[in-house]
Amino acid sequence: MNSTASATSSLRVAAGGTANLARALRRTREALIHVFLLACALVSIATTLAIVFVLIDQSIPFFREISPWAFLTGTRWTPLLEPRSYGVLPLLAGTVLVAGGALLVAVPIGVSTALYLSEYAPGWLRQIGKPFLEILAGVPTVVYGYFALSFITPEILRRCWPQTEVFNGASAAIVVGIMIVPTISSLCDDAFRAVPRSLREAGYAVSGTKLEVSTRIVLPGAMSGVMAAVLLALARAIGETMAVVLAAGMTPKLTLNPLESIQTLTAYIVQVSLGDTPADTIEYHTIFGVGLTLFAITLAVNLVAQRVLKRFHEVYE
Amino acid sequence: MATEAQDLVAPLPPNTRGLDFTQALQTRSVAPATASAATSGPVVRTERLSIYYGNFCAVREVTLDVPLCQVTAIIGPSGCGKSTLLRAMNRMNDFIDGVRVSGRLLFNGQEVYGSVFDPVELRRRVGMVFQKPNPFPKSIFKNVAWGPAVNGYRGNLAELVEESLRKAALWEEVKDKLNKSALALSGGQQQRLCIARAIAMQPEVLLMDEPCSALDPIATARIEDLIDRLKTQYTVALVTHNMQQAARLSDRTAFMLMGELVEVDATSHLFTTPRDQRTQDYITGRFG
Repeated sequence: MNSTASATSSLRVAAGGTANLARALRRTREALIHVFLLACALVSIATTLAIVFVLIDQSIPFFREISPWAFLTGTRWTPLLEPRSYGVLPLLAGTVLVAGGALLVAVPIGVSTALYLSEYAPGWLRQIGKPFLEILAGVPTVVYGYFALSFITPEILRRCWPQTEVFNGASAAIVVGIMIVPTISSLCDDAFRAVPRSLREAGYAVSGTKLEVSTRIVLPGAMSGVMAAVLLALARAIGETMAVVLAAGMTPKLTLNPLESIQTLTAYIVQVSLGDTPADTIEYHTIFGVGLTLFAITLAVNLVAQRVLKRFHEVYE
Repeated sequence: MATEAQDLVAPLPPNTRGLDFTQALQTRSVAPATASAATSGPVVRTERLSIYYGNFCAVREVTLDVPLCQVTAIIGPSGCGKSTLLRAMNRMNDFIDGVRVSGRLLFNGQEVYGSVFDPVELRRRVGMVFQKPNPFPKSIFKNVAWGPAVNGYRGNLAELVEESLRKAALWEEVKDKLNKSALALSGGQQQRLCIARAIAMQPEVLLMDEPCSALDPIATARIEDLIDRLKTQYTVALVTHNMQQAARLSDRTAFMLMGELVEVDATSHLFTTPRDQRTQDYITGRFG
């Protein structure tokens, strides 16, 4: 006992200098890493703030020339042609047509897929099925655009409706719909699985079939999760650009006909960015006005989705 | 609960923890097992029924009768397979991955497993009440009406709901808020609602899986009263880890241990003169 104690204390005395140094080094390293990680986190926050700042800053010159009221209610969008007109409604209509059409495609497929995965599929199939679906989300969007232009329009739409234009809203809506199916099915699957097993058992115990339990207990029980999934997918559909440029065209038109060429908010930004519009002109500043509009819409959708999702998390706790 | 409190002050016999069932047996409202039930044959019968989770044998070759209009209690320590056995009787285990069943399960003499007997039809005739109250997140009315509605009930749903809630001794408490959410009810009320939901299907058998284990003593007493009254109309199989409850409520008691059925007998016999030493040890509190 005594010898061990004295040995430890003499060790402490001998090693005192180096141990202190080592400890100081460790502390410094910890502090450096802390600062480094903080800096990384700040980059993304700073980027977001900078984007918002630039959007607002650059759209001020635009809104000085064009009143926001005229911008939001005008029905003609011809900023690059004479006579110039700056009504954003045709672009908004294009975005609504594509995003709404995409939801019409994606919600039934996505929700059904999720119901199948969570309620019907055997365990092994669910385990490979979900990652497989999520691969869909990894396909470059330009590929979807090309698929719409070279397959969906000529092989499907034109066979059914020969008057379909080469660029059209319907083909864009269909591919954007396919694109957001994984978002919906994956989030809905999580929502369905959060419905307690005891509720399913209660349904089966009063002689419910699988279909009745799935659609009348699990689906309503997870409804706010489903809503949140749809809203997040909607935000993605609204922001989708490349596929829509390729498939829907560049013709700003206030129409609800899905077989005509249209232009969305995002597609217009591409058009100006790629063109030879000189900087610091009113034409150039239009993209910031349009960008701000787009930002406001997706932000609003995301905020609503987050609120809905939060409510959903409270239900079973 | 009341009996337990009295047990604590009573002088304890040596070598036991003082569990005494005479009092519980005396509180019974109806005389046990009459001859009439025996003549009609069991409603549910298991024959050498074994249930496996993967390679684990949860229930081993159990042969047990659940006779008409009696309460059959299944007791035993946690993990003895009593819930698994109960959940086999309405094929509720089907939803668990990797469950395998061998042996026979007969419902009114008809083969249930490995036959054309539709599990959905079986569950219409064999209702179940679970350990934790599990009302649907819907209104009180819809909770009771859901089962009959999806099964195409043609009569007057409102009448059926009222009748079921009355039988479950809940009507007076909820009649003015049938459209309010069932989740707003207390735990005991929720469990009575779940019983009403099961009764609304007009089942022949009620399976109850520790229906009071999540409830306080007062709610427990009310559910016990209810079960006592229900047994005049329904055949009840009751899983419980509360031996006092089994003694108070049941006509027959089965004791299970590590997946095996050790002993089954009239409740008054099993708790006073058990034949098997393991039963004796369990009811006197030497283990479990």
